[in-house]
Amino acid sequence: MKAPVIIAACASLTVLALAARPVAVEAQGGGVQGPTSDLTTQCASCHALTKPANPTVEHLWTRKGPDLWYAGDKFNRDWLVSWLQNPTTIRPGGVMWFKHAKAGDPHDTIDTATVEKHPKVDAATAEKLADALLLLKSGLVTEGAYKPEAANMTMGKLAFGKLRGCVACHQDAQGQGGLSGPQLYDASKRLKPDYVITYTRNPQQFDPHIWMPTLTLSEPDLQRLTGYIVSLGKEDK
Amino acid sequence: MLRYPLVALGALTLGGAIALHQPATAADESPKIKASAHLYDTYCAQCHGVNRDGKGINVVGLSVQPRDHSDTVAMSSLPRDQIVKAIAQGGASVNKSALMPTWGGVLTDEEIEDMADYLLHVCKCDQGK
Repeated sequence: MKAPVIIAACASLTVLALAARPVAVEAQGGGVQGPTSDLTTQCASCHALTKPANPTVEHLWTRKGPDLWYAGDKFNRDWLVSWLQNPTTIRPGGVMWFKHAKAGDPHDTIDTATVEKHPKVDAATAEKLADALLLLKSGLVTEGAYKPEAANMTMGKLAFGKLRGCVACHQDAQGQGGLSGPQLYDASKRLKPDYVITYTRNPQQFDPHIWMPTLTLSEPDLQRLTGYIVSLGKEDK
Repeated sequence: MLRYPLVALGALTLGGAIALHQPATAADESPKIKASAHLYDTYCAQCHGVNRDGKGINVVGLSVQPRDHSDTVAMSSLPRDQIVKAIAQGGASVNKSALMPTWGGVLTDEEIEDMADYLLHVCKCDQGK
């Protein structure tokens, strides 16, 4: 009489075990090997340092920090060195804003207490990390893509706000603008102009699933917007 | 001899039934609806709200209130093809706010069609008249 009970119990357990598995294995996709500096491997537990082979929507939900495989295209060295020693919040909504959003009235809010904090490093480490990060390039950014001579602050601000709606997700001044994208009020210090224009032209080139959409922007639009963005934060230097 | 396999089969069926019943939440929703809901959380809720009520976190940066997808009456007045066009080509393509961006570069045509169905599900526009 015992045998069938054991068989049945085993069978049930197997079925239950199978059912209890996570439905979809959310592969991170991102490799963590590649960068020359072994210091950079500290960053790899949270950031993709090589281009994810099979980017998925789930990568956006599971990653602990923004992708850095194009950090060399993106960041200014001085800013990196200083920020790594004294990190501030760049993304008001955290790495994935939805995880920190609370439904509410008159509108949803971000639970800022839950937004991830970046670890600090000392000056010597910051220098080394910055050097290692600057080696990470996408090959997507062409030098000279941004033409500073075309900059027009008035038109750029207008495009950023009303016309193209960048302000819906990005702050161009502290406390002014949406929360789901990185703040841009210190963009002049943080970001390289050729990266800004290339990323804005087609964010999906960098991540096919990122929630910054590819807008229908003309070349003059892109130049104006970039000129405005890379001027932000300059005055308080 | 016959009893053993029968008992095992019974237990298996029971185990299977329990296992299948496990995800009690939203068990009645189709996989397509669930997939669209996840995409909505990823892309749309930033403006249209966690509760799909037009009150997303980005409302603070918007000069125009995003559409409330839970509003059955207002949503019912929208033709489905206009919804699809607005998602794919942006608000301006249907004479609405340019603050609604073009999602055609992020979502596939199929995902956009499914999203339109999902919105009709959210506003309960598809439930009786």
